[in-house]
Amino acid sequence: MNSETRLGIVVSGSLSDGVSVRMDSHASVEDIVVGHYVTIEGQKHRFLGMITDVKLDASDPHMTFFPPSADDDFSAEVLSGTSAYGLLNVTPYLVIGDATKTGVIGPQPVKTIPSHFSKVGTSSDSDIELVFGKEDDKKFWIGNPLDMETKLCLDLPELVTRSNGIFGKSGTGKTFLTRMILIGILQKSAAVNLVFDMHSEYGWKHRNEKGREVKALKQLFPSKVAIFTLDEENAKMRSVAPDFTVKIGYDEIAPEDISLLRQTLSLTDLAVEASFSLRKHFGNEWIKRTLELEASEDSAKILNILNIHESSFQSLKRGLNTLKRLSFIQPHVEQQAVSQILRRLENGTHVVLEFGRYTDITAYILVANLLTRRIYDSYRERTERSIADGSAKPKPLVITIEEAHKFLNTEVASQTIFGTIAREMRKYYCTLLVIDQRPSGIDPEVMSQLGTKITCLLDNERDIDSVLAGTSGKNGLKGVLAKLAAKQQALIFGHAVPMPVAFSPREYGADGFYRDISPEQSNPKEVEEAIDNLWR
Amino acid sequence: MQDLSQTRLGEVIEASTTAFNAQCYELYSLPPLGTLVKTCEGDNELYAVVHRAFTEGIEPGRKPIARGKDEISEEAVFQANPQLSKLLRSEFSALVVGYKNAEHLHQYLPPHPARIHGFVYACNQKEILNFSRSCDFLTLLLNAKMETPSDELVAAVLRLMSASQEDTRAFLIKAGKELASLLGQDYARLKAILERIRP
Repeated sequence: MNSETRLGIVVSGSLSDGVSVRMDSHASVEDIVVGHYVTIEGQKHRFLGMITDVKLDASDPHMTFFPPSADDDFSAEVLSGTSAYGLLNVTPYLVIGDATKTGVIGPQPVKTIPSHFSKVGTSSDSDIELVFGKEDDKKFWIGNPLDMETKLCLDLPELVTRSNGIFGKSGTGKTFLTRMILIGILQKSAAVNLVFDMHSEYGWKHRNEKGREVKALKQLFPSKVAIFTLDEENAKMRSVAPDFTVKIGYDEIAPEDISLLRQTLSLTDLAVEASFSLRKHFGNEWIKRTLELEASEDSAKILNILNIHESSFQSLKRGLNTLKRLSFIQPHVEQQAVSQILRRLENGTHVVLEFGRYTDITAYILVANLLTRRIYDSYRERTERSIADGSAKPKPLVITIEEAHKFLNTEVASQTIFGTIAREMRKYYCTLLVIDQRPSGIDPEVMSQLGTKITCLLDNERDIDSVLAGTSGKNGLKGVLAKLAAKQQALIFGHAVPMPVAFSPREYGADGFYRDISPEQSNPKEVEEAIDNLWR
Repeated sequence: MQDLSQTRLGEVIEASTTAFNAQCYELYSLPPLGTLVKTCEGDNELYAVVHRAFTEGIEPGRKPIARGKDEISEEAVFQANPQLSKLLRSEFSALVVGYKNAEHLHQYLPPHPARIHGFVYACNQKEILNFSRSCDFLTLLLNAKMETPSDELVAAVLRLMSASQEDTRAFLIKAGKELASLLGQDYARLKAILERIRP
């Protein structure tokens, strides 16, 4: 550690609260940024930690009452760094031992803290590289730790073994981050993506807030990605050639789907109950038959038999009529979207389902839940079969959902398929990538199951608490999270990273970015022509 | 061997481990408060700073009396009474702040006190520069028990030493920081000294 990078020495601390570092007089608190990495040279080990707080302190409290006068530069210079000094709070995360002595190779989680007066300095690029590794066939470069040159690489096969979350206030760069993680999963892990793309941002090109056009998955990896759409007209307007247009038949909708939409369709509890009774009575055609029931003696009889009150029935019918108005819902559909999606996923093709104009939450919840439930059944069955007869396991699947608090809130998390996936589907090779701006709305039980969390700026206290719940060094990270820049900065922590990192994500769409990530990228002109031909 | 080019200030007439008194050869030829002086004790060269100076009659119990009632100036009093310069003497007291032994400078108390009749010299610029490379001696000054307030003495010493430095401000900052670490718990005292040495 040379004198330039040295920041100070350890003066006190504990494993639970982190260590206090008294700053050297030559180091300025104004150069310190929370979220930065520091290396602590202990007597036996090197520790790697993160600055979580910066504080000004004085050896004599009288100084704060009678400070030197504003024009007294001399006293100010003498006192700063001696009687008045900076204190850093550092949370140690990893210990790097001497492999020849300890026999342990690589960084390990801390179980102790550095001794008194250990020297503390800013971490070098090589320290960070030692922890996060280099870009290779498994590790994907997602950004750079704050103010560092080193590449922050994420082990994607490891990432997709658990459900993960990307959080952040609106406009903080969640979408770009997600797009990059999706590309990473596509390139470096054996998993396939299924993206429920509410705002049609991940499949085809899109404009960023500055109006610049940015490419998305299909353009970058044309042979590996299929675009499904609910809204053919919208796709046509955006010159997107979808691989399949999704239509949902009445017979595909189950009462479970209706119960999820209770809030959005303003259904009463009894109306939801009624849907189960009607399904039992009418079988798969229950929606068609229910909508056909007119106010007549016959129908009154049926309702009486099923013990459904007239007002509950009307409430349900109003709800079903709302669904009926969604033009992708049709009485009968020849080709089921689920089988189309599954067929592509099995081939290793990633699927992006665009919602086009159906950006209201009713359509999104209905379709995402309905499709996922069937995919879940298929994955479960295939995994169990593979355990029984040793046949091929299904390809690991990552399902991306937006506005996750609508599916995973405390009220419905236990009912939706997404709650089940977050809790147990890891065993069946299926995990979630949850994207949300109000993490406090997500059921704590589901939050606790998310392996890796990436979060951009959050400033609501409840959201911050819910994202950090159960994380060690929570209080320190809280400060780091609240101080992230409004754009282009994020904090990642959890299963796939050895320690939390505040980082600036790679600039999506910057010069050379597309070339770096996609060698197979086709000539844009050719693609345009191909699209024109398709619509001709 | 003593360096004869140096200013001889007087002769030790009373000495202890922590301090010594010296009498000047000429009346009123006293060094200023805070002057770095030196004297020899065997192989050691003792360094001390002047913390008190006074002039009195040579005979204890016989106080000087006022003589200038009919004279027009103070000089005229001495011209009319030429015996006065022999009946009065000037003395100064110095606090020992370190010693040099075989080119090694130590800023703590020497093993033996100064010797009576040892000559006392004012340190030259080179010696001051050499001595002031470290400010460890300040702790001896701050903790000394004496008539002169130690804060005044510290400020006087640092002002005089800084005048010999190439970069006055840098020296005072360095010394100030040393004081700040010694007086970390006593900001009022530290502030008082800093105000007295501010360049």
